Amino acid sequence: MAHFDPNAKPFSHQWLNERLAIDTLKRVLSTEYWIPKNINFLWAMGMVLAATFGVLLISGIFLLMYYIPDTKLAFDSVNHTIMGEVGYGWLWRHMHGVAASVVFLIIYIHMFTGIYYGSYKRGRELIWLSGMLLFVTFSAEAFSGYMLPWGQMSYWAGMVITNLFSLGSLDFQGLVEWIRGDYVPGQAFLGRFFMLHVVLLPLVIMALIVLHFGTLRIPHVNNQDGEEIDFEAEAAKWKAGKRKEAKVIPFNPVFMSKDVFVLGIYFIFYFYLVFYHFEFAMDPVNFDPADPLKTPPHIYPEWYFLWSYEILRPFPKDPGLIAFGFAQVIFFFLPFLDRSPNVAPANRRGIFKYWFWILLVDMIVLTVMGKVPPMGIYTTIGTVAAWVFILLWVALPFITKMEKPIRGQK
Amino acid sequence: MKELKILAVVVFFTLVTYWGVEPYAHSVMHKHVEFKNFKYEDLKPIAAKGDPAKGQALAAACAGCHSIKAAKMPAPMDPVTASATYGVNPPDLSLAGKLLDEKYLAHFLKDPTHTALVAHKFKNRPYPMPPMATDDQSAADLVAYFKSIAPKEVTPKEAYEFACGRCHEMRYAKWTQIGEEPKTKPNIQTKMDEEKLKFQEKLAQYKDHLVKYMGKLPPDLSIIVRARSEDFLKTFVEDPQSQLPGTAMPRVGLNKEGYELVFKRLEEVGDPSKPKREAVGPWVIGYFIIFTFLAYLWYKSNWKGLK
Repeated sequence: MAHFDPNAKPFSHQWLNERLAIDTLKRVLSTEYWIPKNINFLWAMGMVLAATFGVLLISGIFLLMYYIPDTKLAFDSVNHTIMGEVGYGWLWRHMHGVAASVVFLIIYIHMFTGIYYGSYKRGRELIWLSGMLLFVTFSAEAFSGYMLPWGQMSYWAGMVITNLFSLGSLDFQGLVEWIRGDYVPGQAFLGRFFMLHVVLLPLVIMALIVLHFGTLRIPHVNNQDGEEIDFEAEAAKWKAGKRKEAKVIPFNPVFMSKDVFVLGIYFIFYFYLVFYHFEFAMDPVNFDPADPLKTPPHIYPEWYFLWSYEILRPFPKDPGLIAFGFAQVIFFFLPFLDRSPNVAPANRRGIFKYWFWILLVDMIVLTVMGKVPPMGIYTTIGTVAAWVFILLWVALPFITKMEKPIRGQK
Repeated sequence: MKELKILAVVVFFTLVTYWGVEPYAHSVMHKHVEFKNFKYEDLKPIAAKGDPAKGQALAAACAGCHSIKAAKMPAPMDPVTASATYGVNPPDLSLAGKLLDEKYLAHFLKDPTHTALVAHKFKNRPYPMPPMATDDQSAADLVAYFKSIAPKEVTPKEAYEFACGRCHEMRYAKWTQIGEEPKTKPNIQTKMDEEKLKFQEKLAQYKDHLVKYMGKLPPDLSIIVRARSEDFLKTFVEDPQSQLPGTAMPRVGLNKEGYELVFKRLEEVGDPSKPKREAVGPWVIGYFIIFTFLAYLWYKSNWKGLK
C-alpha cells in the first residue's frame, strides 16, 4: 500500500503526487520525453493535426446546438439558422468546413513526411498503422459530415458512395439498402450518418489519437537522417548540462516551443482561409438543397478523396472496384512492402527516391483528374496515372529489396 | 536555410494541387460564356427620340394588365387571378425605365417574345405580353415615358422584387412570389393560424399557375450567390440561353445598374455575414501574428546554444 501523509494539505503538490504521481507523469510525458534535436518543422505536423482536431471538435459542438438532423429542416438549419440568425454561427461553420479540408492537407503532409524519412520502419510500424487507422476514421468522419447539410452534393455523393457497397456485379442491393435504411438516401440515412459524425466516429478518433501517441513513446520519433539514437545516453548528456552535445531535447519546453511557433504560422494561414478564402472548402453545388429528381451535372467528392476516386473511375465496374479497394488498403502495408533495412531520407535511398517523388506527383495527377469530367484526354491521363499508382506498389518490394544498405545501417 | 527549402517544396505541391482541383478543374467543368456588360449588342440601336407625353398616352393600354404605381394606376387584378390569366403576375412598371436597358425595353415593346429570348417556349401558345409598339417612334415614346416616371433611388429589395420576385421566392427573406409573408399568429385556443393558411392557399394556387407557365418551379434564390459563381449569375441574367440552352427563364433586360442592385439583394440575403467577416478577419489574423511573434521569441530562447 502506498504511503499517504496524513498532514498533506488537500490538493497540495505532495497530496496530488501521492495520489496521481504528477511528478512522474510530468517527467514521462513531457520534461523527460526525449525528441531528437535533428528535426525540421515537418515534425510539428502532429501537433498541428491535434490542434486542428481541437478546432473541429469545438466548432462542431457549437454547430451541434443548432443543427437539425431532419431531411426537411437540415438544409435551412445550416444555411439560414446557423449562417444568418445565430451570432457568429457563420464563423463556426466556416471554421468547421475549412478545418475539415485543411486537416486532410496536413494529414497528407504528415504521411508523406513519414514515407520520405522512413518513419514507419524498424520499431515504428505501429505508429504507421495507428496513423493509417486515423486516416481511415477521419475519412469516414469527413464523409458523414458532408451528408449533414443535405444539399445536392450531400445527397448525390451519399447515393454514389453507398452504391459502391453493391460490390459491382455481385449486385448486393440488400446491403446498400441496409446501409441506407431505405431504398434511397432519406431520413434514416441522414439520422445514422448524423450519429456517426457526432458520436461514434469522434469517440473512435479520440481513442485512436491516444493509441497513436502511445505507439510513439517507446520507439521515439524519427529524425532527419534516420539516425538510430541511444536515447538514454543522450538524455544523460542533456541532464548533465551538455545541451549542445546531446542529440536529444525534452518535449517540454524545448520541442514544444518550436511546435507552438509552427502552430502560430499555421493558424495565420488557416484563419486567412476562414475569412478570405473559404469557398474552396464549401462546394457551390451543396448550396442547392437536395433534390432526388435532379442529378447534378458533375458529382465529385471533396479534393482529399479525389485520388482514390480516380483509381475507381477509369476502369470498368468490377476491376474499378478492385482497384479502388486496393488503393484504400495498400498504404497500410507500407512497412511490410518496404524490404530495405535503411531508415533514411528517400533522397539517399537509390531507386526509392524516384519511387517517392513519382508516387507524390502521381497522386496529385490522380487528384486533379478525379475532379475534371471523365472525357477525352483526361480519361487517358487518369487511366495511366491509376496504373502507375498500382504498379508503383507492386514494384515497391522489389526495388527496396535491391537497395544497398547505407553505411552504418544494418 | 534548409527549413525554408522544405517549406517551399510543401507550398509548391500544395499550390499545384489547389490550382488543379479549383481554378483549373472548374474552368474545364463550366463552359466559358463571354460577359457582354449588359450591352445587348444583338439588338439594333433605336435612333428615334422619344416624347414622354406621347408615351404617356400610349401607356394607357399597358394599364389593362400592369399596375403603374408611380403614375397612380392600380393593378387590375390580384396576383393569383393575374397568374391564372397570364401564367405569371405582370410586373408593376414604375421601375421599368430605371432598371431596364433602354434599347432592350424599346425592342421588347415591339417584339416581346424574341427580345426576351422565349420564342422556343411559345411556339404553340401566345406569349402573354403582346407587342405594344408598332414602330421605333412609339417604342421610343413609351421608353421616354417610363424613364420620366421612374424614381431616382431604387433599393436592392425593390429591384429584386421587380426583376425576379414574381417567379423566384426567397424564403430566407420571407419573400414569396405574391409578396412578403404576412406576420400572423396562431389562435391561442385552437393553435391554428387561419390567416397564414389562407395566405398559403393563395401562394399554392399562384405556384400552380407558375409551374404550368414555366414548366417547373423557378428556384428559390435565398442563397443563390453561394450556389453559383458571380460570373455565372451575371452572364446568365444577361442571356439565360447562353448558360442553360432551352431554359424558360426570359432575358429580363436589366441594365448594369439594375443588375448591380439585384446582385446586392442576392448578396445581402444569401451571404449576410460578409460585413461581419470583413470586420472580424483582421483582428483574428492580427492576434495570431502577435501570437506567432511571441512564440518565435520563446522558441529562440529555448533553442539558444543548442546547435
